[in-house]
Amino acid sequence: MIGLLKLGFTRRRRQLPAARELKPSYDAVIIGGGGHGLACAYYLARTWGITKVAVLEKSYLASGNTARNTAIIRSNYLTPDGVRFYDESVRLFRELSQELDFNILYGERGHLTLAHTDSALRTARWRAEVNQHLGVDSSLVYPDDIARLCPELDLSEEARYPILGALYHPPGSIARHDAVAWGYAQRAADYGVEIHTHTEVTGIDVEHGRVTGVRTTRGNIRTGRVLQAVAGMSSELARMAGFRLPIRTIPLQACVSEAVKPFLDPIIVSGSLHIYVSQSARGELVMGGSTDPYPLYSTRSTFEFKEDLMMHMLELFPFLGPLRILRQWAGMADMTPDFSPVMGLTPVENYYIDAGWGTWGFKATPVSGTCMAETLATGKPHRLCAPFALERFYDYAQVGEKGAASVGH
Amino acid sequence: MKVMPCPLNGPRNIAEFTYGGVVHAMPEPNAVDDRQWADYLFMEDNACGVVREWWYHGPTAYWFIAERDTASDEILRTYPAAEWLAERAPDGE
Repeated sequence: MIGLLKLGFTRRRRQLPAARELKPSYDAVIIGGGGHGLACAYYLARTWGITKVAVLEKSYLASGNTARNTAIIRSNYLTPDGVRFYDESVRLFRELSQELDFNILYGERGHLTLAHTDSALRTARWRAEVNQHLGVDSSLVYPDDIARLCPELDLSEEARYPILGALYHPPGSIARHDAVAWGYAQRAADYGVEIHTHTEVTGIDVEHGRVTGVRTTRGNIRTGRVLQAVAGMSSELARMAGFRLPIRTIPLQACVSEAVKPFLDPIIVSGSLHIYVSQSARGELVMGGSTDPYPLYSTRSTFEFKEDLMMHMLELFPFLGPLRILRQWAGMADMTPDFSPVMGLTPVENYYIDAGWGTWGFKATPVSGTCMAETLATGKPHRLCAPFALERFYDYAQVGEKGAASVGH
Repeated sequence: MKVMPCPLNGPRNIAEFTYGGVVHAMPEPNAVDDRQWADYLFMEDNACGVVREWWYHGPTAYWFIAERDTASDEILRTYPAAEWLAERAPDGE
């Protein structure tokens, strides 16, 4: 008891060092203080010993899409490139609380992607085969199994879109998204990485095709190495560096219900009904759907989104009619034409990119961090992110990732 | 409910419309190399501000152009595509 009390008082304080002035130069500058940028900063310091690094965030820490997702983690994608990449992320996520000495509240819940049509069932089978081939725990299940895994679902044949089967992925998880960013920030700061919030980038200095510095609202910095990790605003920042991206910025909305007793163990997804839902540790239902119908640089919410989402929620869980919505939010998603990220080298030398995170960014936080850290440290793309190079669009070699959320089948 | 002022049908619920991408001229396919063609196909300005876009009204199968602010979602002006086509090829090419 005394020991516990003592531990309580001696615990390391969860506080980042106070803000300092920007130094005139850094070995590397990371633009974007979200999960991805902070993870890269951490692995740059821990794995590659590069610690004279500044992370620049225009608002407060992890205020963008890191705070605006539905915290789902899985690796049951469709393309081998996607499966390998996200499976490494699942592996890193599992150990992350220990790695960072920071509880990210990682919970393995199991993940069901429902199929309501023959074509969705065919895609589920296709995904299961690819997943199993690459060693990912993933299989096709039918209504009797689904009834055992999630008895609350309306599995009747009288439903508007009867459930024919599902892709079952036992490692599917949720985690505390803010804690992931805070943990990385804390440990990166322990290594000496400087995290500058409320510091907006206003320009990128490029000389002879090579990045030489970054201009900010708090002064200019010289640096020979820059990472942009600002999904949502990727195109605007890339424009400052002088190139374009295959990205449209489209809002992705989500919401949570009031808290109720735990009843929903697995994460439930339906590509056909455009819905994903899980129950948080607090008892709230965390619900998301498809992206907005047109591009917008805004985090406003719409009634239409909730109306569509709830219509489908009630088809799956008819008894939820009286449940009320507690909060709503939106993030600005970098949508790419092939539902895969844009990672690695850019037309500007030593200026690296981590973008195109659409609706699949949070689950990639640790793996994008390790990939981008290696890419920054060596100047060569990490093997896991090589298929996602910007150059793939010029080679006509897109990675059609139909296993992404918000993709109907 | 967000309202789109359609040049053909007047103000209608934006849910009746489909976004068709930013207005930009297609290069002559035989006059550009693969790289330039990929640029045209995939790369986006994705500007935060006023842009000119194609929109389609489903029920009447009607394409038109809208000037919209992608930061505020304000629709500033809509007009028939003929106006842009005339501006693009004033001598009736």
